[in-house]
Amino acid sequence: MNYTSEAPPLLEVRELKTYFRSDGGIVKAVDGVSFTVDAGETVAIVGESGSGKSVTALSVLRLIPNPPGEIVSGQIRFAGTDLLELSEPEARKIRGDRIAMIFQEPMTSLNPSLTIGRQVGEPIEIHRKSLAKVVREKCVDLLQKVRIPDPERRVSSFPHEFSGGMRQRAMIAMGLACEPELIIADEPTTALDVTVQAQVLDLLKELTRESQAALVLITHDLGVVARYADRVNVMYAGKIVETGTARDIYNDPRHPYTLGLMNSVPKLNNGEKAPLEPIEGQPPDLSNMPPGCSFEPRCPYSTEHCRSEQPELSLISGKHAFACWVNVKDVS
Amino acid sequence: MADISGQAGVSAPKVRIGQRGRLADFTRRLFREKPLGAFGAVMCLVFLVTGLFADFIAPFGYNEMNPIDRLKPPSVEYFLGTDQIGRDVFSRIVHGARTSLIIGFSAAFFSIIISCVIGITTGYFRGKFDMLVQRMVDAWMSFPDLVVVIVAVSVFGPGMWQVILVLSLLYGIAGSRIVRSAVLTVKENDYVHAAESVGVSTIRILLRHILPNIMAPIIVLFTTRLAAVILVEAGLSFLGLGVPPPAPSWGGMLSFEGRSYMFQAPWLAIMPGLAITFVVYNINMFGDALRDLLDPRMRGSGLKQKLDV
Repeated sequence: MNYTSEAPPLLEVRELKTYFRSDGGIVKAVDGVSFTVDAGETVAIVGESGSGKSVTALSVLRLIPNPPGEIVSGQIRFAGTDLLELSEPEARKIRGDRIAMIFQEPMTSLNPSLTIGRQVGEPIEIHRKSLAKVVREKCVDLLQKVRIPDPERRVSSFPHEFSGGMRQRAMIAMGLACEPELIIADEPTTALDVTVQAQVLDLLKELTRESQAALVLITHDLGVVARYADRVNVMYAGKIVETGTARDIYNDPRHPYTLGLMNSVPKLNNGEKAPLEPIEGQPPDLSNMPPGCSFEPRCPYSTEHCRSEQPELSLISGKHAFACWVNVKDVS
Repeated sequence: MADISGQAGVSAPKVRIGQRGRLADFTRRLFREKPLGAFGAVMCLVFLVTGLFADFIAPFGYNEMNPIDRLKPPSVEYFLGTDQIGRDVFSRIVHGARTSLIIGFSAAFFSIIISCVIGITTGYFRGKFDMLVQRMVDAWMSFPDLVVVIVAVSVFGPGMWQVILVLSLLYGIAGSRIVRSAVLTVKENDYVHAAESVGVSTIRILLRHILPNIMAPIIVLFTTRLAAVILVEAGLSFLGLGVPPPAPSWGGMLSFEGRSYMFQAPWLAIMPGLAITFVVYNINMFGDALRDLLDPRMRGSGLKQKLDV
């Protein structure tokens, strides 16, 4: 595995801005996001609903519906080429072949009128132009890999004959079909039962490690992040507010939002009836952002400075950076 | 991972995989839940067979005259009687079924093709293209059908293929909206986005991921079109705008022979009239049953199948 920091990263997103036009004005869903993913690494993007996680992922694949959405500026360098400068057919060649995406809803992400085999094999069919027989054989292998029992028979099943967990496995199989260098999983387990979640994530992690693919894990589940991610980017209102290794974020959270997220996770070990600590308020209206820090209205540490000026990401050690005027450590 | 295999063990034996299982299951449901629709389906089949094998079924040629047996009432020799020049009405109705069949199926088929091309492209691409094409559809639909037909026939002359062409256009353009609205709901499904995310080309998305999922409304549209086309063709032939004589067509029989000899030989009007009504009624019954059975809420739900078995 390639963890050397000197080599150029596999994926480098720089100052990405994706806006949506709406009746209420321009919605800045992603507003200047930068992050990198090294080959073979697992990077998590964490944040609440509407923080721009999914839009970031879709932007990387250039799947933003236009209109109303548009990637306004920025760079997405993948293995040396800027994805935003590719023509649509060139981008299509990369999708599913070198970058794969796994969607949130396994129940609706499979076409009900095609067999599992035809869908799992579709990337191979398109990118490798293999014969139908070869595709089918590969599908059986893939289903075997994602531990679907009796894969030989299951390739000709229809999606409604699969359970939610099995469908998500099939989606993973489809993602792995062309052995991509990068897999983006957009909340892959949110729609699944808690008991199946861990199985699916373990499998995903294991298979990406096996094929040495990098994994971008989009989630709002901090437990998932702690267990699977090497590095973490915390997003809030279209911006990354804190980034670092999983260890940095857990042991030494610096941004008040990250801190709030940590505190809002229910704890089983301290006391019988410890109350939940939610983050008060609502995320800001993305079409009408406050001039200062976007988290300021909800922030317990807010100062006058926070209201007037936006903080930038500043590095504190190694890879750990956060965007806040206040040093949480000093205040508390 | 013991529980995975356990899970599969529960669901695997019940499920019969493959298209044939589905068709058999569908037929079973048709007969059990919709007896009238099943009757309609059988009658449609009879109509189909009659039209296809008209030459073998009809005892006489459609234009074979026996001048001695003019205006004979129904008898053993002539099931449904004869007309004013001694042609067997039964044979003419059987051959008329072929005319209705050809016109009905061709026009319904081409109109569905037109509907799909317009409906799928406008529904999927939306935007200015959709706007422009749909306004043209509006304009076309605000024009009286009969006027379009009369103009077309007077330009191209009467004949079977002219009728097919005009009816295909007429119904095809109107039907594009039904297809379009079906596409609008289907294209928002995650599996369409998922297909885009693995690099599937636009044309392939339209044909493989959208078209199969709007088959239910398309099939229903086809049956309603089939009935409507047969009816309109009969009307056009009645008006002398359809298939020219001596070719047998139900509308024409009603008009040329039936109308002139209504009082001396009422079977000349009653028999082709009954044929039209019977066929159209049965197609409609079958179409209604199809619409109910292909309802997306009842389709593909594993629960429903399990309860049935």
